[in-house]
Amino acid sequence: MDRFVWTSGLLEINETLVIQQRGVRIYDGEEKIKFDAGTLLLSTHRLIWRDQKNHECCMAILLSQIVFIEEQAAGIGKSAKIVVHLHPAPPNKEPGPFQSSKNSYIKLSFKEHGQIEFYRRLSEEMTQRRWENMPVSQSLQTNRGPQPGRIRAVGIVGIERKLEEKRKETDKNISEAFEDLSKLMIKAKEMVELSKSIANKIKDKQGDITEDETIRFKSYLLSMGIANPVTRETYGSGTQYHMQLAKQLAGILQVPLEERGGIMSLTEVYCLVNRARGMEVSEKGSLTSEEFAKLVGMSVLLAKERLLLAEKMGHLCRDDSVEGLRFYPNLFMTQS
Amino acid sequence: MAMSFEWPWQYRFPPFFTLQPNVDTRQKQLAAWCSLVLSFCRLHKQSSMTVMEAQESPLFNNVKLQRSKGHLFLLPDSSLKYLWRKAEGRQQTEGKLPVESIQIVLEELRKKGNLEWLDKSKSSFLIMWRRPEEWGKLIYQWVSRSGQNNSVFTLYELTNGEDTEDEEFHGLDEATLLRALQALQQEHKAEIITVSDGRGVKFF
Repeated sequence: MDRFVWTSGLLEINETLVIQQRGVRIYDGEEKIKFDAGTLLLSTHRLIWRDQKNHECCMAILLSQIVFIEEQAAGIGKSAKIVVHLHPAPPNKEPGPFQSSKNSYIKLSFKEHGQIEFYRRLSEEMTQRRWENMPVSQSLQTNRGPQPGRIRAVGIVGIERKLEEKRKETDKNISEAFEDLSKLMIKAKEMVELSKSIANKIKDKQGDITEDETIRFKSYLLSMGIANPVTRETYGSGTQYHMQLAKQLAGILQVPLEERGGIMSLTEVYCLVNRARGMEVSEKGSLTSEEFAKLVGMSVLLAKERLLLAEKMGHLCRDDSVEGLRFYPNLFMTQS
Repeated sequence: MAMSFEWPWQYRFPPFFTLQPNVDTRQKQLAAWCSLVLSFCRLHKQSSMTVMEAQESPLFNNVKLQRSKGHLFLLPDSSLKYLWRKAEGRQQTEGKLPVESIQIVLEELRKKGNLEWLDKSKSSFLIMWRRPEEWGKLIYQWVSRSGQNNSVFTLYELTNGEDTEDEEFHGLDEATLLRALQALQQEHKAEIITVSDGRGVKFF
C-alpha cells in the first residue's frame, strides 16, 4: 500500500479514462484497511481510487508500477477480486496514505460486481502500454519503477534512442515470441483435450480415470515446469500458494526486469516465466501483423515493418495465401 | 496415388508454398523443392510430365495443409493455466504452389541437369532423378565390369534384358537412356547405332 500517492483525481492532458467501477474495497496484501468503499478508475496511465463518502480522499498508482495482475473468482460471501502485484516504491515518491508496507501487492475487491470487465480493460492497458506513447506532466513521470544504470533520455535524441532500444529488443523478442506462443498452444491444446475427457468421465461416471490418463496429465504439468502440481488444495490457502508462486516469479524475473528498466508487459512476463520453466518446442506457430502488433503492443503498421525486417534478416519466412500474409520462424534455415 | 511416399517436413510447412523473397531462404526452399520433385518422380516412376499435370499433382498441392490459427486466452487462476481456442472449426486449408513458382522450380531443375523441355512452348518436360551423365557412368561401369566392351546392345536389352536385372538402370525409360548414351557418346565411350528394329549402342 505504500505505492499509492495522494492525487486530486483529475486526469492529465493525454490521460484518458478507460473504465470506472463503484463499490471497490482495497486490501493491503491480505489485510483489510480503512479504504472499504470507493470508486476505482482506470486511465491510460493510472489506477485511481476515490472514497465514496469523502471525495477528497483520492489516491493513485501508475500502471507502470504494476508487475502483473491476477483474478480471484468470487466465492460464498466473498466478492471477486483483482490482485495487483507491484514494483517497490521509488525513493522519491510523492506522499500517500502509507509510508511503508510489508506487502508488495494489493487486492481490489469488487463488492458491486464489475470485476470481469475491469480486469479485461486493465489487462488491455497493461498490454498496450499507452502511457509510454502519451507523455504526461513531470509529476507523473517521476513515479516509475527502478531503473538501475539507465540514462534518462530527454528530447528528440532521447526519444530516438529509446525507439532504437525498443526496436532491438523487439527484434530479439520476435523469434522468442514465436517459440513461446506455439509451445504454449500445442501443450495447452493437449491439456485441454485431456482435461475435457477426464471431466466428462467424472461427470458421466463413465468408468474410472485410467492410470494412463493420470500419468499423462502429470507429465504435462511436469513439462510445463510444475514438478509438483501446486494447486489450492496442495498448498492450503491461496495466500501461501501466491507467496510460493511470487517467490518463484521473483527469482525468474529479477534480472530481466532490471535489463528492461523495471518495466515489462504482462505478455513478456508470461513468455519469460514459461521459458524459464523449460517448455519443449514441438511445433511452431505463425503470426499476422495484427496478431504480432497485439502481442508486443505496437501499431499494426510498425508491427508489419518489424516482421518484414525480420524476414529480410532471415529470421522469418512468409506464407502468402488467400488467408492472408502470415510469418513463420524461418525453418528453412534452421532445420536440416 | 501417394502410395507410401514420405513427404518431407517442408511439405507440411505453409511457407513452402510461397516463393520466399529473401534470397538465402529462397535458395534453401528451391533446393527442397527440387529434391522433392525428383524423389516423387522416382518413386512414381514418372519420367515425363506436362506443366498442367504438375499443377494438379499432389506434388505441388498439399490439400491437407494445416495453418495454425487460434486465440490466446490468459486465464490466471492459482496455477496460471492457459487456453487455446480455435478460431473456427478445423484449420485445414490448401497449400498450392502458384504456377509461376512451379516454373521457377522447373527452371532450377533444368539448370541442374535433371530436367529437359520436350517442346518449344515448354508445356511438357522430361524429368530425370539422376542426370544423364550419371546414368551413363553407371551403364559404362557395368559394361566394363562384365567385360563387354566392344559389344553391341539394343536399347531394350540394356534396360530390360536378364543380364541387367540387378542393375540400377534396369527399367530406365528410353528417353533418359538415350540421353545417357548420348553423354557417353560425347566422351567417345559409346556410339548410338541403328539396328534391325530400332536403335542400339556400341560400347568402346
